[in-house]
Order: sequence, then structure tokens, then C-alpha cells
Amino acid sequence: MRSLATLVLGVLLVVAALGAGGALAEDDNAEDGGEAIRGTLTAEGEPVPGVTIVAFDADGNEVGAGQSDDQGEWRIPMPGPGEYSATLDEATLPDDVELRDPERGTLEFSLRTGQERTLLFPLGEDERVLARFLPRASQALLNGIIFGLIIAMAAIGLSLVFGTTGLVNFAHGELVTFGAVMAFFINVAAGPGSLLWAAPVAVIGGAALGAGLERGLWRPLRDRKTGLIQLLVISIGLSLLLRNLIQLFYGGRSRPYLDYAVQQALQFGWVRITPRDLIVVVASLIVLSSVGVLLLKTRLGKAMRAVSDNRDLAESSGIDVKQVILIIWLMGGGLAALGGVFLGVVENVSYLMGFRLLLLMFAGVILGGLGTAFGAMVGSMVVGIVTEMSTLWFSTELKFVWALAIMALVLLLRPQGILGVKERIG
Amino acid sequence: MDFERILIDGLRAAVGPEAVIYALAAIGLNMHFGYTGLLNFGQAGFMLVGAYGVSITVVTFGGSMWLGILVGLLAAAFLALLLGIPTLRLRADYLAIVTIAAAEILRFVFRSSAANPVTRGVFGQQQFADAFYAINPIPEGAYGFWLISFGSHRRLWVIVVGWGLVLLCCLLVWALVRSPWGRVLKSIREDEDAARSLGKNVFSYKMQSLVLGGAIGSLGGMVLVIFQQQNHPDIWLPLVTFYAYTILILGGPARVFGPVAGSVIFWFLLSSFDTFLRQARATGVVPPELLGTEALGAIRLATVGLALMLLMAFRPQGIFGHRREMQLDV
Repeated sequence: MRSLATLVLGVLLVVAALGAGGALAEDDNAEDGGEAIRGTLTAEGEPVPGVTIVAFDADGNEVGAGQSDDQGEWRIPMPGPGEYSATLDEATLPDDVELRDPERGTLEFSLRTGQERTLLFPLGEDERVLARFLPRASQALLNGIIFGLIIAMAAIGLSLVFGTTGLVNFAHGELVTFGAVMAFFINVAAGPGSLLWAAPVAVIGGAALGAGLERGLWRPLRDRKTGLIQLLVISIGLSLLLRNLIQLFYGGRSRPYLDYAVQQALQFGWVRITPRDLIVVVASLIVLSSVGVLLLKTRLGKAMRAVSDNRDLAESSGIDVKQVILIIWLMGGGLAALGGVFLGVVENVSYLMGFRLLLLMFAGVILGGLGTAFGAMVGSMVVGIVTEMSTLWFSTELKFVWALAIMALVLLLRPQGILGVKERIG
Repeated sequence: MDFERILIDGLRAAVGPEAVIYALAAIGLNMHFGYTGLLNFGQAGFMLVGAYGVSITVVTFGGSMWLGILVGLLAAAFLALLLGIPTLRLRADYLAIVTIAAAEILRFVFRSSAANPVTRGVFGQQQFADAFYAINPIPEGAYGFWLISFGSHRRLWVIVVGWGLVLLCCLLVWALVRSPWGRVLKSIREDEDAARSLGKNVFSYKMQSLVLGGAIGSLGGMVLVIFQQQNHPDIWLPLVTFYAYTILILGGPARVFGPVAGSVIFWFLLSSFDTFLRQARATGVVPPELLGTEALGAIRLATVGLALMLLMAFRPQGIFGHRREMQLDV
């Protein structure tokens, strides 16, 4: 979460927001003409010697390693220009020194020809460990709620599509990415300040993509009586196709929107929240409650729930099932796109963001009970909160593991989910 | 455009270690999906534990590589048990989600800094297969015949042992699926309740299939890291499983040699397509600025995705399968 980054030095925040991937300063006067990376490790003003730093190329192959000397300085010659990452080996740190932010133990960067680049690994005592527990817990809870709301919004379509057609859609994450990337392109083309109207346009785009997929792909396949397992595998193919088409146009980098990238956090008692995240929370709550009202109070919502409950019965009582399914795809695609825009605002936009979210959406949907919209909301909130709260006790690298583990546990104990109706699923 | 180059690159991959690795992964999946109807989307996880069984035994504990192979196989069997007990009673689509999640959990855990002392986390492990290359009887040099290049004596050694392993696994699968045991598996795939009503312990059969297929998949993982002499958590992305599925469906599920044919054809097409794109860039047919390295990768993956969709929609029995055997439903 970006809000965690606000705890790091203000300088670092600016750097991260610029997407510079951790490079603090660039020095083009390379000593020997070759590409290299360098830096100085200090903690509390003292140099930290004997720490190993390893550089990898884009494929994860090791291309060089270096150790900090008595002045804390290190330097690794690099094989050439390109995309790299460098990792600080935490095992070689002295016992009383830690990475100030454990997520910044690996930095990604690119090198130009002849460039010697300075990388900064901020060391010191982890400020999060120093902070008192209750404030930290409230902050993690808030971060979890923000994340949970975003997952919930994106997952409603996934759950309703399963409820009405039985399709386990592995390509749902790409609807999320599509929304975020579409808003990004509009934002960049129209300049700063345009995100406010780029978001609704992206929602319309996402809805159109969802409906287009239903009309152009899923409905014809259902009409051909394609089996559900076949449909599942096709959705995986579709996910690969869409994700990489998006990458083709957007590129592999992760970038922030032009708007709201850097903001001063507001302090409310124990918790800090940027105005940007606050808007995301309020907007998500409004959208999710509107969806709830739609499902409970309108004829259309009743029809959706009826089709989801029992398709044949709904059809025989005069509901136009095909139309209801199309509307669900419209709604699900739009909500997923909006979730993508919000995720892009809170974190960054990348072509992998939807696929990364997919398993968490599945976890949320299964937790709440596959096929129900309200279950998806409740389950997603649980997933979001568990993910962020786990960082209080465990490493942030493992935060998604807990959400997935809870999903497996729920399947074991209560396979129908928190809000699901008991039926045989085995 | 140098078509001979395209052909040579395609053939090189079609007989090379890549084809061996994915043939093994797909033979395992064939056991799961083709014969038993289990939708295992965590094959990358089985390959991961196999690979780390080897590299951890050698690098972390200083054991022998051959012991490591045994450890890898046992780890894969153990993972299958651990995964199967909660999930095999679930419907196929739930199984798919849980297995892909389990594979991702494994990857996250193995790359975490908490696991650093054992797995070396994101640094990966290197140089653990010297014992394998030490017994290489092939004299030093580069090998090949006609247009097919086998590369160095080291690569040829991997190829020979690898294809031998593939053949053994095919023999095993062939013998198993024509036995009464195999017929029970197929009956579970066709109608689980019918098999159950005949007094077969469906859960136990599914578990045996999961263990066996997982172990064969883990062999694929071992071949990969022994060939590359390095192991890294991020080799084992869900994409590996998706490739294996594409290969399985291309060749034809529920056929003994389907995965093998699928892997050879898949890697031939993928590599020659790659070279074709590179040449299109080099000769200026496509402007180079439109086709960077990143774009090449994206086009390649998008094509695999499209192929998987089209195959599954129009020819789920692949090249060699029977349509009758692919009428699966949840």
C-alpha cells in the first residue's frame, strides 16, 4: 500500500511516486566507461560494512554481486544497458540493522549506455516495529478496508457470472487491468486533472468489454453446449491473450496516474490516510451500496438473483435469462474496471495488476460463497483485511499467502462459504 | 527472411530440454486431467517442490544430487497428499482454484526472506547438478545431424536422459491405464457417482492419480533445474502450468503419447515463431521500434493464449485424441 510508504522519508516518497524504482541520483560520469551501480549503506549516520548486494537481469539471472566496504560504499560493474534489479541480502546485515522498509530490499531499475547509477537501500530500525501496536493495527485495518473494498468491487462480477452461468472466469482480472490501463491512457493524453472523467469512461469501456465478451465469446460457446471445464480452460487462454495484448500497448512497467500521485496524508487520531485514498473509500462505499440496493429493491435485481438461484426456474417464470446475463456482464465489467482504476490510484498501474488480484478475488468470492453478490463483498473485505493485518506479525512478502490459506481452510470446513447456501459441491 | 534458420531454431527446441521438461509436466497433467478428470492447475507447484528437492538437498544440506531427486519425488507425493485431502472432495472448478492458489503460496513462501536460510529466497540456488554432468559419457563437442542441432555434449546428455525419462513415464502410464486400475480412473472421469455406486473408493483412486501425476510433473521440474544448473522461485509461475495445459490439449488428452507429441509440436511452433518475429524485425518488415524484446514476449504469450482458446473451443481432443473422451463436465 502506498500509505505505508508515507512512513518512509519524504524524499523516498517522491522518488517512488515518480516510478524511478529506487534510484535517488543519477551519475553519468562513469569511472571506467562501463555501466555500473553503486551506493553507500549507512544506518543512523554510521557506515554499514560487509553487506552483500546482488544484481539480476530481467530474467532473474545473477549478473553481478558486491559487498559494502568499511565506508559502507559498494559498487557492482554491470554487463550492459537494460532492465535490472538489485537485492540486498538481508542475511548479511548486522544484527542491529534492518531495512527501514522490508519491501524495498529489492530495487528495479534501468541502465542507459555508460551510466553509473546510484541505488539507495534505506537502513535503520524498522519504523513500523517502533510504532506502538494499536496505532499500527488501526492503520493496517484501514489499509485492509481500502484493499478489501477494491477487491469487493472487482469481484462482484466474477461471483454473479459464476452464479448465473457456472463459468469460473480466469480472465476476470484482465477486466480490472483493462479499466486501469484505459484510464491511464486517457489521463496521459488529456493531461493532469483528467482522471476524474477518465474513470467513468474506463467504466463504460470495461462494461462494453464485458458485454462484448459475453456476446462474442461466452454466449456462442454456451449455445454450442461447450462443457464448463472447457469454458474454464478457454477463460485461461483468454486471460493470457488479453493480458499480453494489454502489455503490448502499455508495456511492462508499472506507472502511477498523473493525478494524485503525491499527496500529503491526513492524520485522524491513530490513522493516516491520503485524500486520494479517502475518496476511493467513499466512492467504493457508494458504489457497493448502490449495487446492494439494485439487487434488493429493483425488478432487475430480483431477476438477477432469481437467475443466479435457479436458472431454469427463472426462465420458466418468464425472465429473459440471456438479457439478465448480458446485464450482469455489463455491470461486472464496469465494476471491475472501476476497481482497476481505484487500485491504480492507490498503488500503480501495471499490466499484471488484474492477474495478481485474481486469486484474491477468488479467495473473496469463495469465502463469501461462490455465486452471491453480497457474499463476494463480505468475503473480499475479509481477504483485504487479513492481507493487510497479517503484516503486523508476518513479513509483507507473505501477506497474500494468508488470504489464500484462509480460502483453502474455508473450503475444508464450510465449502459453501460464509453466506452461501449449503449444497453438494463435491 | 531466412526460412532455414526458422526451421533450425524450431527443430532445436522441439528435441531440446524445453520439450522434455514440458512433456513430463504434461504427462503428469494427462494422468490428472486426461484420465481422471482432475483439474489440477498447480502443476507448477509440483515442479517447484521437485526442483527444490534437488537444489536444497545439494546446496543447503550438502547431500548428494541423487538423494535430492528422491527427496524431490517424495516432496511431490507429500504435496499431493496435503493438497488432495481437503480438495479432492470438491467439484472440479474449486479444485482448479485451490491448486493454482497452492502453487502460488509455495512460490511466495520459497521466495520470502524468511525462507532465505533454506531456499536462498530471491537469490536462487546454483551449481547443484555437477554429479549429473560428471557421469556424462558423451565426448566433448557440439552435436547434431541434418538440420537438427543438439548443442554441446552437456545439452545432448540432458536430452538423452530426458527423453529416456519421458519414454519410461509413457510406458508406466500406458501400462497403468490399460489395467483395471486405469479403467476405474476413466470411469471416475466419466461418472464419479457411477464409480462410487459400484463400490470403488473414488477418493482413494483420485489421490493415487494426483500423487502419480504430481511425481511425474516434479521430474519435469528436476530436469529443468539440472539443465540450467540454477533454481529460482520465479521460474515456477502459473504460466508454466498454462503452457503444460496447452501442450496437453494440443497433443490430445487421454492418449499416452499425446503430451509428448504436443510438447514437440508446441516448442517447434513457439521457437520458430519467435525466430520468425525476430527476423521480421531484423529485415525491417516490421519496424524495430514496434517490436522490442518486451513486445516479442507479449506477442508470443498472447498467441499461446489464443491457441489454447481455439483448441479448447474447436478441438478439445487435440491432434490425436478422441472427442468421445473429452466430454467433460463439472
